[in-house]
Amino acid sequence: MKKISFTLNGERRQVHVSPNEILLEVLRYKMGVKSPKSGCDSGDCGACTVILDGKAVRSCLIFAVEVDGQEILTLEGLSADGLSPLQQALLEKNAFQCGYCAPGMILSAHELLSNKPHPTEGEIKEAISGNLCRCTGYQPIIDAIKSLTQKR
Amino acid sequence: MEKLHAVGQSAVRVDGKEKVSGAALFTDDLEFGPDLLYAEIVEGPHAHAMITKIDTSEAEKVPGVLCVVTGRDFPYNFGLYMKDRFIFAQDRVRFFGEQIAAVVARSPAAAKKAARLVRVSYKPLPKILNPLDAIEGDASLIHPGLKSYEHVPWFFPQPDTNIAHHRKIRKGDVEKGFAEADHVLDDTYEVPRYAHCAIEYHAAVAKYDHSGRLTVWASSQSPHTQRNLFANALAPMGIRHNDVRVIAPHVGGGFGSKAGVTMEILAAAIATRVKGHPVKVMWNREREFYNTYQRLGVVARLRLGVKKDGRITALHHELYWDAGAYVEYGANVVNAVGLSAIGPYRVENASIDSYCIYTNLPPGGPYRGFGYSEFLFGLESHMERIARHLGIDPVEIRRRNAIKAGDLTAYGAKMNPSGLMQAIDAVAKEIRWDEPVLPGNDEEAVGKGFSLFWKAPAMPPNTSSSCFLKFNEDASINILVSGMDIGQGFLTVMAQIASEVLTVPLSKIRTENPDTDRNPYEWQTVASHVTWGCGNAVKLAAQDARNQVLDLVSRTQNLPKDTLYLAEGSVRCVTKPSFRMALEDFVIHGIQMPDGTFRGGPIMGRGVFMPEYATTKADPETSQGGHPNVHYTVGAAAAIVAVDKKTGKVKVRKIVEAVDCGKAINPDLVRGQITGGILQGISTVLYEEMKFDHRGKMLNPNFTDYKIPTSLDLPDEVVPIIIEVAEPDGPYGARGMGEHTMIPVAPMIANAIDDALGLRIKTMPITAEKICLALLKKNEVR
Ligand code: FES
Ligand code: FES
Repeated sequence: MKKISFTLNGERRQVHVSPNEILLEVLRYKMGVKSPKSGCDSGDCGACTVILDGKAVRSCLIFAVEVDGQEILTLEGLSADGLSPLQQALLEKNAFQCGYCAPGMILSAHELLSNKPHPTEGEIKEAISGNLCRCTGYQPIIDAIKSLTQKR
Repeated sequence: MEKLHAVGQSAVRVDGKEKVSGAALFTDDLEFGPDLLYAEIVEGPHAHAMITKIDTSEAEKVPGVLCVVTGRDFPYNFGLYMKDRFIFAQDRVRFFGEQIAAVVARSPAAAKKAARLVRVSYKPLPKILNPLDAIEGDASLIHPGLKSYEHVPWFFPQPDTNIAHHRKIRKGDVEKGFAEADHVLDDTYEVPRYAHCAIEYHAAVAKYDHSGRLTVWASSQSPHTQRNLFANALAPMGIRHNDVRVIAPHVGGGFGSKAGVTMEILAAAIATRVKGHPVKVMWNREREFYNTYQRLGVVARLRLGVKKDGRITALHHELYWDAGAYVEYGANVVNAVGLSAIGPYRVENASIDSYCIYTNLPPGGPYRGFGYSEFLFGLESHMERIARHLGIDPVEIRRRNAIKAGDLTAYGAKMNPSGLMQAIDAVAKEIRWDEPVLPGNDEEAVGKGFSLFWKAPAMPPNTSSSCFLKFNEDASINILVSGMDIGQGFLTVMAQIASEVLTVPLSKIRTENPDTDRNPYEWQTVASHVTWGCGNAVKLAAQDARNQVLDLVSRTQNLPKDTLYLAEGSVRCVTKPSFRMALEDFVIHGIQMPDGTFRGGPIMGRGVFMPEYATTKADPETSQGGHPNVHYTVGAAAAIVAVDKKTGKVKVRKIVEAVDCGKAINPDLVRGQITGGILQGISTVLYEEMKFDHRGKMLNPNFTDYKIPTSLDLPDEVVPIIIEVAEPDGPYGARGMGEHTMIPVAPMIANAIDDALGLRIKTMPITAEKICLALLKKNEVR
């Protein structure tokens, strides 16, 4: 077991982990942060996406020890001060159905918009292409993201 | 018609904020405290084998292990429509990966480690991986006990064969019909198995406490049906319905996979062996593929006779279903198709034989579309081929044969009102059917394809839905129902219906996922029936509440009840425009009389809906005489595709789909179903392909090797069209449409590919590789 500390949604947190513990499991089962989901545990679905030092990453592929000293944002953190304009647009456009992919999808889109406030449709599709959604056919999600870039 | 204020609005989903904020909790997100135990399942490595010995002694020695359970602990069978399934394998395994035992431990790691130490000995049996092999005379029996299984009265198992059910239609005079035909097309189509691929895994946590209470938290489309099946299966242990409580949190996608009972019963059963502790059973992506339900595969032989003008004279449809190792649910897919395999056409002479066949592959079960995608792949391919052969426009041949209200269905009942013609016309117009499509470059060939679709809810005739509706002090409302919002927007639509009746804004109405102890009965969230069935129950409950409100006001204010009405959350009076009593002033605390006493009390509405005209009673030899399906939802769709002539890669340029949902309670959500269903349909025809080896082991149970579409695989354009021809017994005229949206996709894309390349592919999926090989072959022949 190793003690690691990192910033989780703006709060400094410490946790004991063994070297082979996966970040996703540590977040969910040791730290009570439940928005990152598991949909494959092998890097294929993006449901486990979190923002690590500004970059959207798959937390099922990362060992928890690797994030020592870094900064992690999950959907809980993004929602802390109310919904972001991105979340608001997705809400208003009924972009999600079951919502299981939403935490990962939103963080991927959030990363895109943080770096590029006016992406093209192609860039939006590219940014969320690692996030599988079985319900929506993606278009409503893409349209919601697009509406936001036009509004601004 | 009355003006609607809530129904017909594209309201924002009532569960939307939870879902975009990360607040939505799914089963595995719930906390069960430090006493939570974990169960790991031991699986059999044979598609068909006798179990000769199970040795759990080594596993039991692993530190942290509490117990190991096997089939011996639970010698009970269960099933939704036929009790052919077992909690754990009994004397034999029937598919590769079937559950044999479970290890319960303090940590997932200890459970996994111990599970590897359970030693099982087998005596392999001949395995059958194909339905046509299973019906050969010398095929070994997968269920020797078939004749002893309990089943619903509308199933007809063939004892001492592998045929678990045979649904037969005999209507009119088929021989005469074929004799009268000017053209007969006879061919065979094959549709393989598919996986649902909901992104959330199946998950169940169960606790059997020291008082004998069994609580199960599960990702479920069917909380009450699960309670019923758990209680029935575990009845020998003294468990009764009121001992069992199923709590269903948010569901991360279902598509049929979380209907009925599959792995959830493992948690329920295991919990009885570790009394007092919650125990969790989690599936992973692999097991999602090979040990839940899969969509059934089918080999369909279709013979269709037509006159020169394209009018159908006779249809013969033989469907051989690969239903897998257990068919307790899948046999009803076979039944549904047996009743409906004429498609949305007027067919006076029809014979249909739909066979439910056991194989040593994973259990087949419900999957969005419930068999209709499968048989319409052949039928709609056939229609297009016949049209082209006769030189009739493919849209026109469908217009000529389209079923109309009052025409007789395959089982002889009258077809419900429908907007099929409007759908055909709207789609043909939007896709510009009459205009040629042009290739973008020399490398590609372009084509158009059309398809109709229909589907009825397949459910027992006494399927019911119910609702309690209660007011709070501020006249906000809680609606208690037990349908599940599996993404389709059920909760929102129920709230809109109540809002419509009671004129209370949506923001003041709460509808949440159920708990079978608190929420009234709902059969299951399947069959696209909840908007219609549960919608009726909610409407009745809201009307019941309104009635109580108006009664109370009438008797306390001395106003005739028939002059009172609700508007904007207040009671108003037609004869006294100044009269207004806000609901929040009395729905809980009542109305005070001049003498200081009160009248009334909490207003609570109750609604129950059951289609009292449905019956499965019919002659088993012909299926004539009953009314098994409450109604059909119909529609039309068309696609334009461009195929790369070198690589065979198909690009979908445009898809238009029109569905007659009777009334779109929430048009945005209806369009969402269309957009999502179309991509799921595209995926089955162009990408997804399950691979099994000679042992019956699935080779690609992961998203790397079993491809589902990403945001980079979308059609260039999707145009959803809503048609509204009211369903006479639907709430505000609504009928279901969620499953239907994926049904036409595979045949219309096959038709468009044929139009582009002159290449008819009759087996799904139509992958780039398959197109390429077929093109090479075709060019060689030339
Ligand atoms: S769970 Fe991490 S990518 Fe699927
Ligand atoms: S909304 Fe269900 S997986 Fe995306």
